[in-house]
Amino acid sequence: MQNAKMKLFNGYDKMTEPINSSEIDKTFFEKLKEEKGMEKVLLCFNCSGCSTGCPMAEIESNFNIKKYIRMAGLGLKDRLLNDKYIWYCTTCYKCQERCPEEVLNVDTLLKIRTMAVAEGIMYDDHRAVAANVIETGHGVPINDKNKENRKKLGLKEIPPTVHSFPEAYEDVKKLLKSVGFDELVSK
Amino acid sequence: MSLNATENGSKKDLSLFLGCVAPNRYPGIELATLKVMEKLDIGIRDLEGASCCPAPGVFKSFDKTTWLSLASRNIVLSEDSGTDLLTICNGCYGSLIEADHELKEDPEKKKKVNEKLAEIGMEYKGTSNVRHIIEYLYKEITPEKIKENVTVPLEGIKVAVHYGCHMIRPSKGKDLDSVENPRFFDELVDATGAKSVDYEEKMLCCGAGGGVRSVFPETALKMSEKKLDILKAGGFDCIVDACPFCHLQYDVGQKTLAKEGKEYNIPVLHYMQLLGLAFGYTPEELGITLNVTKNCDFDNKILNLSKKTN
Repeated sequence: MQNAKMKLFNGYDKMTEPINSSEIDKTFFEKLKEEKGMEKVLLCFNCSGCSTGCPMAEIESNFNIKKYIRMAGLGLKDRLLNDKYIWYCTTCYKCQERCPEEVLNVDTLLKIRTMAVAEGIMYDDHRAVAANVIETGHGVPINDKNKENRKKLGLKEIPPTVHSFPEAYEDVKKLLKSVGFDELVSK
Repeated sequence: MSLNATENGSKKDLSLFLGCVAPNRYPGIELATLKVMEKLDIGIRDLEGASCCPAPGVFKSFDKTTWLSLASRNIVLSEDSGTDLLTICNGCYGSLIEADHELKEDPEKKKKVNEKLAEIGMEYKGTSNVRHIIEYLYKEITPEKIKENVTVPLEGIKVAVHYGCHMIRPSKGKDLDSVENPRFFDELVDATGAKSVDYEEKMLCCGAGGGVRSVFPETALKMSEKKLDILKAGGFDCIVDACPFCHLQYDVGQKTLAKEGKEYNIPVLHYMQLLGLAFGYTPEELGITLNVTKNCDFDNKILNLSKKTN
């Protein structure tokens, strides 16, 4: 499941260690706030409304959205990007709706994930989903069983999506190449 | 209820955006949508050549520009045909409406996206709206009108409505009901003659989103299990969702849990399929019997209801 890059996650046991000031990367917050609204992480006053209502925190206690928001404000880049638990958010957005300071909790976490991906830190299963879109235009492409099911129901065997229109798929492929997605996920 | 019909372009024709999971894993949902829309006399056409939306939690976690470019291409397809874009999936809706708003609100972003789209001969203009079938039916058709079309009232069917997350959250730009305690979907279910009954953790996520299902399936399933336990104890006849991905998570998830000796057998229906039953179609005709989780008792209940009305 995990590729060589994932060793960054494994054995990273610094999460509970005291913060050393040398870990603070001042450029991190600058980069984060390039995305509109993300500077609001600094408004967090620790009320814990986000993490208290988090359905994932009940299942996986290592996932703590409040902690990530605080870490982002502090600029703890390495800890954040290498924390495997940042990938446990299902993006239910309950925390973002409830935050009294309107911090963009989930959107900020997703931005942090993109910063990890930009450094080549990505799960193989996620690379596989990305590859599906690059190779077919669909994250979940058609398979034989569902071709059969479609026929049984009286639908066209292949849906009228990119699957049926090669020129449309070529456009998707071109677009993905142009934004550098192929290169990004093959890092 | 205070959901009003949208002022602009509300009665435009619609293009059906299929996404990935409906056409490629649960084609019954696609077919049910076509049947139901025909019955309601709502003109829809296929959005030919559409791709993955792309999945909000996953692709926005990889690269924002990729997410926005691919989403905008799908929106342009509907713009170019002069229609609004209709989604039958919370994920597609969440992704596309958010992308649409970002481009409508931010001229700089629009310019950048259009530079990319120009390479494939496209331009985003911002002339189309992104709709979700549930909010569309509620606002533009209304539960009353749906009730008038019901031929097999689903009396005695106790429904657990699963709103899912991205239909209502994040709420910005969606102009919908309360995020903590919405009612509009329940009203649409009640219009079929079935009864939506409240339950604990009704607004709980299915667990699959954000790329969690693909990397940590066991963790995702723990979240599903929590809701399934509540529904089993509550004696619900079925789950009704509005998202093929939640649908897949609950349907396939029950099979995985059964292997661990946890039996639920709760049928999972997309609202299009529930409505299809109330319009007189059989579970087979709506692809409900193609689900992984089978429940003959439910199918017989539906059969008896349709016999009663014939």
